[in-house]
Amino acid sequence: MKDAHVYSHYRDAVIGAVIDLAAEHKDIVFLDADLSSCIGSTNFQKAYPDRFFNCGIAEANMVGVAAGLSSMGFTPFIHTFGCFASRRDYDQLFISVGYTHQTVHVIGSDPGITAQYNGGTHMPFEDIALFRQIPGFTIIEPSDGQSLYELTRQVYASGKSSYIRTPRKGIEFRYTPEDKIVLGKGIELSDGQDVAIIATGSLMVSGAVAAADALKEKGINATVIDLHTVRPLDTDLIEKVASRTGHILVCENGRYAGGIGEMIAGYLAERNPVRMSFLNVGERFGEVGNLKYLSDTFGFTAENIARKAEALLK
Amino acid sequence: MDAGLIKDLKDKAFDIRSRTIREIASFGSGHMGGSMSIVELLTYLYYNEMNVDPENPGKDDRDRLVVSKGHSGPAVYATLSTKGFFPESWLETLNQGGTRLPSHCDMTKTPGVDFTGGSLGQGFSAAVGIALGQRLKGYAARTFTIIGDGEAQEGQIYEAAEAAGAWKLSNLFGFLDLNGQQLDGYTKDIIPSMDMKARWESFGWDVHEVENGHDFSCIADAVEKAKTVTDKPHMFIMHTIKSYGYIPGEGIKSNHSMPVTKEQAEAAIEELRKREGR
Repeated sequence: MKDAHVYSHYRDAVIGAVIDLAAEHKDIVFLDADLSSCIGSTNFQKAYPDRFFNCGIAEANMVGVAAGLSSMGFTPFIHTFGCFASRRDYDQLFISVGYTHQTVHVIGSDPGITAQYNGGTHMPFEDIALFRQIPGFTIIEPSDGQSLYELTRQVYASGKSSYIRTPRKGIEFRYTPEDKIVLGKGIELSDGQDVAIIATGSLMVSGAVAAADALKEKGINATVIDLHTVRPLDTDLIEKVASRTGHILVCENGRYAGGIGEMIAGYLAERNPVRMSFLNVGERFGEVGNLKYLSDTFGFTAENIARKAEALLK
Repeated sequence: MDAGLIKDLKDKAFDIRSRTIREIASFGSGHMGGSMSIVELLTYLYYNEMNVDPENPGKDDRDRLVVSKGHSGPAVYATLSTKGFFPESWLETLNQGGTRLPSHCDMTKTPGVDFTGGSLGQGFSAAVGIALGQRLKGYAARTFTIIGDGEAQEGQIYEAAEAAGAWKLSNLFGFLDLNGQQLDGYTKDIIPSMDMKARWESFGWDVHEVENGHDFSCIADAVEKAKTVTDKPHMFIMHTIKSYGYIPGEGIKSNHSMPVTKEQAEAAIEELRKREGR
């Protein structure tokens, strides 16, 4: 597998994956809604000018056009900010893509508080909940550049529509090309017996890893799960860590209602109820600020994750 | 237009109209008004224009039709049955549980339906995508699409209109069924369809007024004229009458969806037969 460490930003990794796929697969086309400079789909346009379409600031139509192209045998990747990719064009995603069994890959950028300076109007907290309502959609939120590259390739290979939730700027790496990254299979970053911290996306997974280190100093051994594939849920792994630890903390950069924590809680309630706790945005709207300010404001810090994990054990 | 061809098309339209009325009556009610208003257009497209093959409905380089005003499904199904896409007996299953002929056109259910309509505005965007896909594949194929005047109140219609105009999709043929009525009443009393010709021209479309959308010569003249314009998508403003040909529904406000018994259906077909001198 290609080494994604060549990329300097998440946006380069996700668009790089689509460009590499497009070299092999002539069915791939790319649609953007006047945010191509933000995600770097301009690079796709340079590589394949005849297969790129800027639909302008008209997200609902972009989704419909993508659905029509899919019905003609093309596989569209489309991009806009996650808030518009979910809330703004939802009925089009539901009916023109989901209900009609078309295949469209939706890249929603700047999830949750990573929208930072664009502020509350641009923060998707409920995007995962919305995509979870559409039968057949795969949802991924990779936590590093390598897994973002690999999983983007894998959702294409799956042939099913997907929502790819990713920040644009900055990049972290926790995996190498040799690591096994499989769509639908979460990754155990540590295997402590006391509590499991399940997280998605770079912000929360990195926070969970740091929290686990802090907990270890207090004699608490945590399992950390990088749940890069939100849907379909890796139920084998969830059951395993529930049985192992009996305590699960779910950390998500979004809202509880319809989100990842509620999904896992619902699954376990039927089979193996365990004590659970949840870190999310609660009932708040977003607001403007840098990531440090927003992380502190919403409690998305390693310290708070560790505190919540510790409280769960009391 | 050749007189023999016009007669043949009129005969087909009568058959399609009769089948549609009986189909709706088999369920007991349905979207009569918007089905009846597009019967001549469907007849023209399927019997004089579109390159489709009921024996090979999935042929990739075929012409395609997206009925974005998907509630006209009953007329679409009647037309497809006359073409042999499926047996006429299917029409009696309209809206029954497990049917392949649901109220609104559904590509996952019905052979010959090229895209799902019904959530108004959405089929039109898909038609733009299909026309774009045909061009990308280098096909000579065309995409036809039908929208309603009520549907043209949806904002998505204009997002799609802008894109199709910008991309100069000359293989896209749109038909606006300007029957002047929507579910709650007359469009003039709700949101009037103001200056549709100027509106579509402003989006970069080649626009044609079809003064009588139930007259095959009028439709043919406009379509043939449009074919000479090769750098714009085409919009035909079809002046039609809601419920045209289902005489009990003509000229009344509440003809969007109507209850129809089998006896009423046969009486209406007989009344139409007399009016048309058959």
